[in-house]
Amino acid sequence: MDRYEPIIGLEIHVELKTLSKMFCGCSSDYFGHDPNTHCCPVCLGLPGALPVPNKKAIEWCVMLGMALGCKIPLFSKFDRKNYFYPDLPKGYQISQYDKPLAINGKLSFSYKDDKTGKIEKRVVRIHRVHLEEDTGKLLHAKVNAKDCTLIDFNRSGVPLVEIVTEPDIRSSIEARGFLKKLYQVIRYIGISDADMEKGSMRLEPNISERKIGEGDLPKYKVEVKNINSFKFAKKAIDYEVKRHTEILEKGQVPKQETRGWDEKKGVTFSQRSKEEAHDYRYFPEPDIPPIRWTEKYLQSLKESLPELPGEKIARFMKEYGLSEYDSAILTDEVAVANYFENSIKMGKDIQPKTIANWMINKKVTIEKVLPGEFINQIAKTLKKPAMDEKEVVDIIKQTISENEKAVQDYKSGKENALMFLLGQLMRKTSGRIDAETAKKLLKKNLG
Amino acid sequence: MLVDLSIYELSDGLRRKKFSAKDIVKECYEHIERFNPTVNAFITIRDKDTVLKEAEEKDKNITFDSPILYGLPYILKDSYNTKGLRTTAASNILRSYIPPYNATVYQKLLDVGAILIGKTNMDAWGHGASSENTDFGPVKNPWDISRVAGGSSGGNAAAIATRMAVFGIGEDTGGSIRNPSSWCNTTGLKVSYGRVSRYGCIAYVSSFDTMGPMAKTVQDCANILEVIAGKDPYDGTSSPKSVPKYSDHLTNPVKNITLGMPRECFGEGLDSEIRKLIYDAAKEYEKLGITIKEISMPMLQYGVPVYYVIGTSETSTNLARYDGIRYGQGRDKFSKETMRRIMLGTYALSSGYYDAYYKKAQQGRTLFIKEYHKALSECDAILMPVEPMPATKLGELINNPIQNMLADIYTCQTPVGVPSLALPCGFTKDHLPVGMQIVGKMFDESLLLQLGYAYQKVTDWHKKSITL
Repeated sequence: MDRYEPIIGLEIHVELKTLSKMFCGCSSDYFGHDPNTHCCPVCLGLPGALPVPNKKAIEWCVMLGMALGCKIPLFSKFDRKNYFYPDLPKGYQISQYDKPLAINGKLSFSYKDDKTGKIEKRVVRIHRVHLEEDTGKLLHAKVNAKDCTLIDFNRSGVPLVEIVTEPDIRSSIEARGFLKKLYQVIRYIGISDADMEKGSMRLEPNISERKIGEGDLPKYKVEVKNINSFKFAKKAIDYEVKRHTEILEKGQVPKQETRGWDEKKGVTFSQRSKEEAHDYRYFPEPDIPPIRWTEKYLQSLKESLPELPGEKIARFMKEYGLSEYDSAILTDEVAVANYFENSIKMGKDIQPKTIANWMINKKVTIEKVLPGEFINQIAKTLKKPAMDEKEVVDIIKQTISENEKAVQDYKSGKENALMFLLGQLMRKTSGRIDAETAKKLLKKNLG
Repeated sequence: MLVDLSIYELSDGLRRKKFSAKDIVKECYEHIERFNPTVNAFITIRDKDTVLKEAEEKDKNITFDSPILYGLPYILKDSYNTKGLRTTAASNILRSYIPPYNATVYQKLLDVGAILIGKTNMDAWGHGASSENTDFGPVKNPWDISRVAGGSSGGNAAAIATRMAVFGIGEDTGGSIRNPSSWCNTTGLKVSYGRVSRYGCIAYVSSFDTMGPMAKTVQDCANILEVIAGKDPYDGTSSPKSVPKYSDHLTNPVKNITLGMPRECFGEGLDSEIRKLIYDAAKEYEKLGITIKEISMPMLQYGVPVYYVIGTSETSTNLARYDGIRYGQGRDKFSKETMRRIMLGTYALSSGYYDAYYKKAQQGRTLFIKEYHKALSECDAILMPVEPMPATKLGELINNPIQNMLADIYTCQTPVGVPSLALPCGFTKDHLPVGMQIVGKMFDESLLLQLGYAYQKVTDWHKKSITL
């Protein structure tokens, strides 16, 4: 039987957290506010109103493009994407068609293969990054016992960045790895919370399959919409891949269509077929003059980009002598990385490596403990005389007798139980021994 | 009659308390009551007592420093949003629409203390050259009520011709200010694209629409333009170019100016009486020391197709918002002419046709722009007719969609964006007014106004008024 490989591309929408909306002065911080309280003639699309683009949003989109290694063309423009939907007050969305703000990038990332446990490295090419406006939101409700659809325009006109990858992804775990990295980059630049539960980051995988060994892209693809978590993206891809394989094995070709994701049932369902596909009648938005960059201005935007995750990892390894693994953990969130570096500044006589170990092993709550306090805690412990082995063994014995169930579990082969016992032990010794030694002694005493 | 006076004279008289704003307003309402039932220039007339009270207020507060338009009654084409006052664009779709905000031009006029007395009739959405494509009944030409007033800003021109207001604000996309001005013996200025903010004026063709003054004289237009022009943070296409004090430059000498007359504008298709009247005007200009030069603009004939392909494309999406969900009226309420334009534009933008129509038209537009640049490098401004014929009979244009579009032959240089001043230059044997237009370089409104002012100093066509 032929074997198939998935061909996956991703489209990701991210709402920018600029203070105002994309084309008007309304606050873009709409989440959780009363319906239709963040609106004006522009974002309601009232007769005669005109859009004026948000400079910050354009610059942030370009900066994201730069962070994704894209080329920034010196000319860009907005276009009208025409379609009718009740949540679209103008009857068209202001978007970008053939001259997006950023093109031809790539993003490298690594992920852990669930099956092999190995760390894999990948590069996915970025097709384009463009800017558009978000739509309103439909609410299906009962009003005076009648089924109605209500429209909330608070979200209408919120700046939305669309990132489109090339179809370079070959598995659902790879897709998840890419998305996590993209999420990290967006949070690093600080242009969006990318909070999927609030809908400020939305995922749309495009999936198809071809026979292994075939070079051409399949003649069809299926787009899955409405996905709001990395977990669901993975599940939806897995579901689709299985579905396509079954169809292909029957000698048929899956239908080109748009499908929705039902998170309760864990299945995708058909929404719109190719025949019903829109002709969006794109044409240049006449209300907004085109954008012409100077090299100098782009350079200044590039210089305003913060240090990105990859660069930070490399620097942590070089500057603080940390392993790649530790550096990756400490740079996962920029807040954690900053906390780490602030702690280093505070605790001049403590080795960065020690601070790193404390942060990684003790899971310090960075929101609650200030770097200064944290350094004091480390310093205090470091001053305590090291325990001798006998003292440690006594505490181990005490720990073993107090946790018979865990000991039983360990002996029956549950590795987790050892970690639990180690945790208990570390608490009793207030961190006066290092975890590696403690683990060795614990194992020895458990027999 | 007070309303026969110029803006300058009225403003001066108000300051010197020779008469009051209330007197002027009263006179306007007298004319409205007398003429409007026949010419149908208005869609909405503001309550007379309310407006008279506003006038009293102005009279009380006027000082010698008050702006020139302070206390003067005026009218707005019904495409301008006026907060709390119905704005229909002459379509049943917006029959009961009361906007929650003000167009920038209206706000500016409010700020300088001008008094709005009503919203005028027009071709719905700007779709027309006769003010017959309106759901509020056609506007009739005050010079001959069996004829149209021109369009799309027909209500403004008819009202100014009958002195129902001191001045008006129109909107010109493909001739909509100049055409009715020329057919009603009034003066109107189509400004350079970007000179005046478009914010709050219901869009017809976003990349051609211009907001401009309509009045009795060139001098009045200058006084109005310097109030409404300028950069607007709400309109990204408005120009940051500084606004000259046009009225101060009106008397600048026009000697040594060269006026070009394109051969192609005076050939077949042009009414012979109109041709003669414009030649006469050229002679007047020669007497003023101006050089008249024949030029050639062979691309001229492509103006109408370029204008209508891009125009209908844009209007088809500008009108998409009236999808039946929000404004209380279904799409079936669009008029036939408007539906035709929506269909044409939708077709031109459709995949598979885009390259053949929309894209081709944009390429044509580029050539057209070059043609005008070339012509305007050979002369300082271009003198040409506004319309190929005098005001048509009611029903003639609206029932002949092609003829309706071809009527724009001389005014559809809007894809170029250049300014153009239309002013009266005589009458046909049947006593129908004829206008001419002077087209200038981008943002060269000053020169156009100087040329128009010089002409109106030595002629009195613009002073002829109506006996209905």
